[in-house]
Amino acid sequence: MISPRSEAELAEAVASATGPLLPKGGGTRMIGDVAGEVLDISGLSGVNLYEPAALTLVVQAGTPLAQINSLLAGERQRLGFEPPDFRALLGRDGVSTIGGIAAANASGPRRVQSGAARDAMLGIRCVDGQGVAISSGGRVMKNVTGYDLVKLMAGSFGTLAVLSEVSLKVQSIPEAEVTLVLDGLDDRAGLIALRRALGSPYDVSGAARAGGRSYIRLEGMAGSVAYRAGRLRALFDATLAEGAQSAAIWADIRDVSPLHGRAGDIWRLSVLPSDAAEIVATLLADSGGDGQRDVVYDWGGGLVWLTLPAGLDGNLRKALQGRGAAIKLRGAGAAPFARQSDQVSALSSALKAQFDPFGRFAQGVF
Amino acid sequence: MEMPRPNSMILSHRAQIVAQLRAALPEGCVIDDPMETRVYECDALSAYRCAPLAVVLPRSTQEVAAALRICHRLGVPVVPRGSGTSLAGGAMPSADCVVLGVARMNAVLHTDYENRYIHVQAGRTNLSVSGAVEAQGFFYAPDPSSQLACAIAGNIAMNSGGAHCLKYGVTTNNLLGVTMVMMDGTITTLGGPWGDGFGLDLLGVVCGSEGQLGVVTEAWLRILPKPEGARPVLVAFGSSEVAGACVADIIRAGILPVAIEFMDRPCIRATEAFANAGYPDCEALLIIEVEGSPAEIDEQLARIRAIAARHDPILFTEAADEAQAKRIWLGRKSAFGAMGQLGDYMCLDGTIPVSQLSYVLRRIGELSVEYGLDVGNVFHAGDGNMHPLILYNANKDGDLAKCEALGAEILKLCVQVGGCLSGEHGIGLEKRDLMPVQFTPADLEAQMRVKDVFDPHWLLNPAKVFPLAASAARRGQAA
Ligand SMILES: Cc1cc2nc3c(=O)[nH]c(=O)nc-3n(C[C@H](O)[C@H](O)[C@H](O)COP(=O)(O)OP(=O)(O)OC[C@H]3O[C@@H](n4cnc5c(N)ncnc54)[C@H](O)[C@@H]3O)c2cc1C
Repeated sequence: MISPRSEAELAEAVASATGPLLPKGGGTRMIGDVAGEVLDISGLSGVNLYEPAALTLVVQAGTPLAQINSLLAGERQRLGFEPPDFRALLGRDGVSTIGGIAAANASGPRRVQSGAARDAMLGIRCVDGQGVAISSGGRVMKNVTGYDLVKLMAGSFGTLAVLSEVSLKVQSIPEAEVTLVLDGLDDRAGLIALRRALGSPYDVSGAARAGGRSYIRLEGMAGSVAYRAGRLRALFDATLAEGAQSAAIWADIRDVSPLHGRAGDIWRLSVLPSDAAEIVATLLADSGGDGQRDVVYDWGGGLVWLTLPAGLDGNLRKALQGRGAAIKLRGAGAAPFARQSDQVSALSSALKAQFDPFGRFAQGVF
Repeated sequence: MEMPRPNSMILSHRAQIVAQLRAALPEGCVIDDPMETRVYECDALSAYRCAPLAVVLPRSTQEVAAALRICHRLGVPVVPRGSGTSLAGGAMPSADCVVLGVARMNAVLHTDYENRYIHVQAGRTNLSVSGAVEAQGFFYAPDPSSQLACAIAGNIAMNSGGAHCLKYGVTTNNLLGVTMVMMDGTITTLGGPWGDGFGLDLLGVVCGSEGQLGVVTEAWLRILPKPEGARPVLVAFGSSEVAGACVADIIRAGILPVAIEFMDRPCIRATEAFANAGYPDCEALLIIEVEGSPAEIDEQLARIRAIAARHDPILFTEAADEAQAKRIWLGRKSAFGAMGQLGDYMCLDGTIPVSQLSYVLRRIGELSVEYGLDVGNVFHAGDGNMHPLILYNANKDGDLAKCEALGAEILKLCVQVGGCLSGEHGIGLEKRDLMPVQFTPADLEAQMRVKDVFDPHWLLNPAKVFPLAASAARRGQAA
């Protein structure tokens, strides 16, 4: 194991490597079973800059998420994209680090309102496969200077470079939060309600469905939240969960808690919200699964979490019919990337060859 | 501004190139009459002009592909063009290039309100995207001031922003997918209406790549439900420092207005003379807009008023009705035009950390005196995206060079305090040679390697974004 303490040491370690490396943040989001010498990033830890009045945070990539969360909470701020914690879902331990989150573009329920991790990432520093340190973006809110390699690295799962530093836009914690809970609807009707809420002017910050209930979250100033909740309750028959009770609902959705401990493969689907119910119904009919226990819909139905018995990969592809993308997160052949069109996969492989010509990082993934 | 020497081989084969394009495209799609190609000699950075070899105006993705295949085969550089409103010279031609304009491709292909997206051809203007969904209560959020004219294609290429991006983000945050034609004519789709495709985020790289990776012909855009209402306030201050401090306090308090715009005295005076928006004669003013129902607006404005009161504003005017709201925005929206009345101007676009606002404004004032050129400031204060407007006289010998030098000085200042060269207009031609101020050679090399992948022969908009010396070898030129 190599344990650099600085970006310079990290660059040196990559430059002098002679075989494949296995960059490891907290070890919670590693992809598949890749062989190689472990490159432990946890030594690159610490806050380089935090300006609450500018909503800006610059941290080293190995900084634990928990540390960042508590630092921000001290200023009544947070990461707007609500990074999920998949340790229980995937049966892993370790510590979530910000580099791992950025490399996975790991984003929670608030994506429908505030965007994904990639949207909050203002800049990155990283070391490519030849051991060269590169920076892209910066620490300011608007930046179109040069190509946006920040987006390229977000969600690249360490295949192109190892992140050493991440700049993030943070947000204030709103003073109030409530969740409308809609009971007694089937999946189709329950998802229609979510789409209606997202299409309303009431600034919904979460729209999910699990365990037979649909959830709609509102956040903001107290008066405003009360007003919007009132307007939405005029449209839907709903009860209200407030404060900590509401927060607990969304922590469960974020971490996909309803599927913890369920047997089978775990799939993640990206589809049009209006296709979600039908695709899931088809798959549940194939698998004999339980719609209330094997499925979590987030992002209004645009994101579907699903457990399926092993061996149903073909059924899944058939049910999708090219209407979206899917990856398997747990089970045989789990991988962070979906199959892409020939052109996209050729471009991805060519980029990989440019950034990692000697194959120091994960191979054969595109 | 230095441009690479045009390729004489290409110039001498002009007739054959045009003939091949004509043969491949329908009647009326190829322009080579020098009187007509002159229309395309510049974009909104009009200090630099050069008519192209020819212009093609295709009507479909297939026709774009046909034109690109020919240019690719013949080694002819291509400069993609939307509406030509770039302030960075991004769409400026070279004498040996074909300008490929997508303005005729402006159809709405599909709208889906349930899933909240619109699928358009990329030549459609920004404002008419919102126009297409307005009746259903939706809008497309990124709103550059040029939105009446600029095309989605240009917005994607520049990753354009607008006054309301403080809340809604810029183009990249509202873009779901594109259809793009690569230089060799290959048609490819990146992303799509469902967004996340679980692969490398190529769409994220293409957005903001200034027409150097491919020609975007169609786009899937996120549309949002319109808020119930919006109301601006006008707040005037005795100094720029105080206005800047007020902005920081509002953000710190966790209030997220949809827009916080800033104007300084030179800009206020020019604007008043031009548009008569009723602005007070003061050192600095802010236009702050909040959204929601009337009660929600009141709730936010009460807090903003309390914060502003701590900074002794000269004036705090809430728009009482629609007409007054329009008048408050009128001045801001006419600011560029008003400055234009005073003479020629160059509009800079650096971003700074908001905490550096007062320092940077003071330094710009000092530099303005040093160079003897007036500078007005109007910008998006909430996110630190400055727009210093340098006034100069294009007919006066040496004035443009002096203006460029002052502009470079100001942009270096932005980078020095932790900011960047461009917040939303792009690098284009204008800031190409300043890139090493912000990036190391390794950073630039990484970006150029991305272009190598998409456009191995460097034929797409080749002389932009990167310092000429840095890209010379790739462009097949001796440095
Ligand atoms: C008065 C005024 C106000 C402005 N206000 C703002 C503002 O508030 N915010 C802001 O961000 N910008 C602003 N701009 C700048 C400009 O309007 C934007 O950069 C806009 O996005 C350019 O769009 P366009 O269609 O005119 O593109 P063009 O000027 O035609 O081209 C711009 C770039 O896009 C490339 N391009 C064009 N079409 C394609 C295509 N199909 N495929 C690939 N690349 C392509 C070009 O090669 C060029 O590099 C303003 C400009 C003016 C003149």
